[in-house]
Amino acid sequence: MEPIQPASPVIRTVGLTKRYGALDVLRGVDLEAREGEVISILGASGSGKSTFLRCLNLLEVPSGGTLNVLGEDVRFRVKGGGQQIADARQVNRLRSQIGMVFQNFCLWSHRTVLQNIMEGPVHVQGRNRHEVRAEAEQALERVGLLERADYYPSQLSGGQQQRAAIARAIVMRPRVLLFDEPTSALDPELVGEVLKVMQDLAAEGRTMLIVTHEMAFARDVSSRVVFLEKGTVRVQGSPQDLFRGGMDERFDRFVSHFSRQG
Amino acid sequence: MSAQAFTLVGFGPEGWGRLLLLAAGLTLMAALCSFVLGSLLGAVGAALKLSSSRSLRWIGTFYTTVFRGVPEILVVYLFYFGGSLALTRLMHLAGFPGFFSLPSFIIGVVAIGLVSGAYQTEAYRSACLRLERGQIEAGKACGMSTPVLLWRVIAPQTLRFALPALGNIWQSVLKETALLSIIGLVELLRQSTIASGATRQPLLFYGVAGLLYLVMGQTTALGFRRVEKRLARCWER
Repeated sequence: MEPIQPASPVIRTVGLTKRYGALDVLRGVDLEAREGEVISILGASGSGKSTFLRCLNLLEVPSGGTLNVLGEDVRFRVKGGGQQIADARQVNRLRSQIGMVFQNFCLWSHRTVLQNIMEGPVHVQGRNRHEVRAEAEQALERVGLLERADYYPSQLSGGQQQRAAIARAIVMRPRVLLFDEPTSALDPELVGEVLKVMQDLAAEGRTMLIVTHEMAFARDVSSRVVFLEKGTVRVQGSPQDLFRGGMDERFDRFVSHFSRQG
Repeated sequence: MSAQAFTLVGFGPEGWGRLLLLAAGLTLMAALCSFVLGSLLGAVGAALKLSSSRSLRWIGTFYTTVFRGVPEILVVYLFYFGGSLALTRLMHLAGFPGFFSLPSFIIGVVAIGLVSGAYQTEAYRSACLRLERGQIEAGKACGMSTPVLLWRVIAPQTLRFALPALGNIWQSVLKETALLSIIGLVELLRQSTIASGATRQPLLFYGVAGLLYLVMGQTTALGFRRVEKRLARCWER
């Protein structure tokens, strides 16, 4: 891992597209995420925001455009009219430096919380088990779950599972964290505990990209807001500028729709 | 029955006890080898049937259709006589006259392993279909290579879902080893036949054999249930 220049982007996409058959989900997304930025990605359902996030760690393979992660262009090859990953080892190496938090937590159900957290560092990064264990316990303590270390995911509440999933992501020492609607599957009373952990991570100066519907979080915690519509970036800017209103009519309507609901 | 019966199935100089237990051991060994071979074939078969390539899927389907659709005893005969015939021809070509038969234990294990592999293919395949996408994506997202993902996530979860079906398949494999008596393997059934012939006490010895099958089946079933219960802990809510 060579250090990134302060100004160089952690993630950069140029004209990123994603097509499913006849459906254009992404129609050319340009985005740069620099070190320490906390970017909230907003948009109506169907705007392509989750697909975009999943393209960044190649859970979805983009159909076109360029994707640069940690200064490396991800290599693709064309096959049967679509793109495929050209170098699986490059992708796995990059993925191990990108933390991902899923909407449905996706903790491995056959492993305890502690085992879930140690899995990546030990079996992907090949780090020493004893060191990892200490670090995993630290991470669990941070998210307030140390006393649940030996529970299975199914024995935890949604909020606890999501906090464990965040611990699993940070123990990999990622350069950037992706959150895919991390609170959307939670009961309302459990949302706060997860947002609190994310807020702490943001305050630490971590680079984060968050697909979310939590308007208050986007406004108060993120350093930049990106609004996607129909697979492209409709508008982006600082949350202060955007949430003041008047910058983009569609964004204002989107926000007012949400505040009416909330 | 009574005192004489106990002497006959006992372990004294007149008793058949030691031979029966050894034969039961051979039955268990044959079942174990067949089941393990079947597991490997089942894993390969499931991979074939779930493959994205049409021709590979066809091979998988052909395998399960044939070996689930043909009576086991026929498979055993085909392998034993077919194999021995081929070996005899080969030996004649090499200048050795006479009849050569293949070792019945190996033939039996291969035949029953192939049949149980066909059933295990279905068990693994349907277990694989129950895997949640998120479990696999979580592995990919942290950078797992395909072998690590297979070994650390897919295999243990598939095994857990397949376990109840595997328990049933094990029970039938254990019983199917009795077919190997027809190709000369002195396993539990064959040994009881020998003992009943020698003592003219068929009821006694077949009864004891039945009891031994039941004991072996139930003990191993208990083991399966215990593992199942342990694994179920991670899934129950």
